[in-house]
Amino acid sequence: MVDTISSTVAAGGSLLARFRSLLERLNRMPILITIAVLWLVLMLAIAVSADLISPYRFTQMDLRNRLSLPVFMGGSWAHILGTDELGRDVLSRLITSIRMSLLIAFGATIIGAVVGVTLGFVAAHFRGIVEQAVLALVDFSAAIPFLVLALAVLAFFGNSLVLFVCLLGFHAWERYARIARGLAISGRMHGYAAAVHQLGASPWRLYGRHILPNIASTLIVSMTLAFPEIILLESGLSFLGLGIQPPDTSLGNMVGFGREYLSSAPWIMLAPAFVITATALCVSLLGDWLRDRLDPTLS
Amino acid sequence: MNAGTADLLEARDLARSYTVRRGLLGRPTLVRAVDGVSLTVARGETLGLVGESGCGKSTTARLVLGIEPTDTGSVTFDGGAMPRSGTAAWAHLRRRMQMVYQDPLAALDRRLTVGVQIAEPLDIHRIGTAAEREERVAAVMAEVGLQPHHAARHPQSLSGGQRQRAVIARALVTNPELLVCDEPISALDVSIQALVLNLLGDLQERLKMGMLFVSHDLRAVRQISQRVAVMYLGRIVEEGDPDAVLHDPAHPYTQALVSAIPHPGKTTTRVILQGDPPNPANRPTGCAFHPRCPVATPTCRTQAPELKPRRSDGRRVACHVAHGEAAAARAPASLETC
Repeated sequence: MVDTISSTVAAGGSLLARFRSLLERLNRMPILITIAVLWLVLMLAIAVSADLISPYRFTQMDLRNRLSLPVFMGGSWAHILGTDELGRDVLSRLITSIRMSLLIAFGATIIGAVVGVTLGFVAAHFRGIVEQAVLALVDFSAAIPFLVLALAVLAFFGNSLVLFVCLLGFHAWERYARIARGLAISGRMHGYAAAVHQLGASPWRLYGRHILPNIASTLIVSMTLAFPEIILLESGLSFLGLGIQPPDTSLGNMVGFGREYLSSAPWIMLAPAFVITATALCVSLLGDWLRDRLDPTLS
Repeated sequence: MNAGTADLLEARDLARSYTVRRGLLGRPTLVRAVDGVSLTVARGETLGLVGESGCGKSTTARLVLGIEPTDTGSVTFDGGAMPRSGTAAWAHLRRRMQMVYQDPLAALDRRLTVGVQIAEPLDIHRIGTAAEREERVAAVMAEVGLQPHHAARHPQSLSGGQRQRAVIARALVTNPELLVCDEPISALDVSIQALVLNLLGDLQERLKMGMLFVSHDLRAVRQISQRVAVMYLGRIVEEGDPDAVLHDPAHPYTQALVSAIPHPGKTTTRVILQGDPPNPANRPTGCAFHPRCPVATPTCRTQAPELKPRRSDGRRVACHVAHGEAAAARAPASLETC
């Protein structure tokens, strides 16, 4: 997360200076934000090193130790977070699920942002019929309940990870499109963008070098809002059996299958549910804080 | 005026109107921001354009640069017609014609350093190597009076005067032949205004640029211009030598403007204009100034005066009374005391 932010912001100035000022800002952040950042960094680290740190393969079954208790409920240290109904290690499955869910959430957020911002800029640049077409798409996308669309797409085209990520990517694109179009139009009408246009700059330079860095803070905040939504959406779809299919696993998938043992073995479901809640909360907190920090009129 | 010599910029009969809608259900009305403006700027000459706010000065500035399309009329730059805004030919012309803005903070990108922004026209038009660009930026910064260390600063950490110097440096970095200044000093502190004005005058003289200086400040225009044009409600009403226009204004509107300049220690009689400030959406018939004019005649109400040289001294003025075509209703009281 932090990497994405610094690289997006860095487009506007020397990379090193931007990074240094970012570090300074991070030094001055409140304790809650520190915890949120640490949690997200931990999640990223787990996702990256999933194969190295998971004690078992996530599909490996230990049939003699089915539904064994986690350590804090009096279980053995062999399975720290216990095992599920097939004797699979919950911790190992959780680690693999975190990787899968973060991959989906990051992938979908980035796809949504890129598609939305591009279409928003196209609408702002060409105006007229192009803008009307983009706005019609935006309204269309905003008017259809996403779950219905997702059900239809997955039912018709079957399920694959790539399709699933792309589908979730289209969940929030219209928000970025609206933001990018509105800010680009207002920027073009007066001020720096008009001045750069009058210097003879190409649209690429105008949008890429000037408008995008100037609206990046708004977009980043929008991304941090969409990120937990996508995690939750993925969990919901997986819970319904439309998302990640077994033997692959994701956080929502784990919650979905753990539901059946909620009364007898709640740890199967509670561990992924806690990770979903904590991650979504941390990204939201960070987004709120970033909005204040990145607004040039406030700092 | 400049017949015979090749003018750098020639605008003929420029007109530009906008549709505005008042309120949610208001009927759209046509606002004629600029209504038949012709002007020329020769190489190395400064034309001052004055008028009150809303008279179409800034629109005229954008029209002559081709930033906005004209409804009717034509702009000719160095003998060639102005290409449409956004085309490659138009973009290419930008290195030869540049603009200085009213609000320097708005005209600069807050996320880039001043040095990067001054170099931007060179990057855009691919002028010189990286080392040459750096050299050119340093030279132009020295020329406008910025310190080398200002290059690494962001616009919001510079003072107002320094920001305007940065905007001027960015405009000058490609050695343009025409510089259009749209109210370049009105957003600055009074103490900085004179410095920036002197800087613009010096640079214009040294670099032999043609300059269109748009301002509502008559004295600033007088100081910097070789010729001055007075605008009222989208039209030029008087044009001539700045000293002559200011000492002996021919048009009643110019007379009112001139009488509003405070002269310390002198008691002057001000011409207080009657009536509402002009509304470009509801242009009076005949001479647009007649509802507020102290010397208006019945002819003024029906017939729009033409901008043409006065018989006595060749001053170009658009007024029936000044041309002697209509007898003044009463003599303007201010003329003698002014």
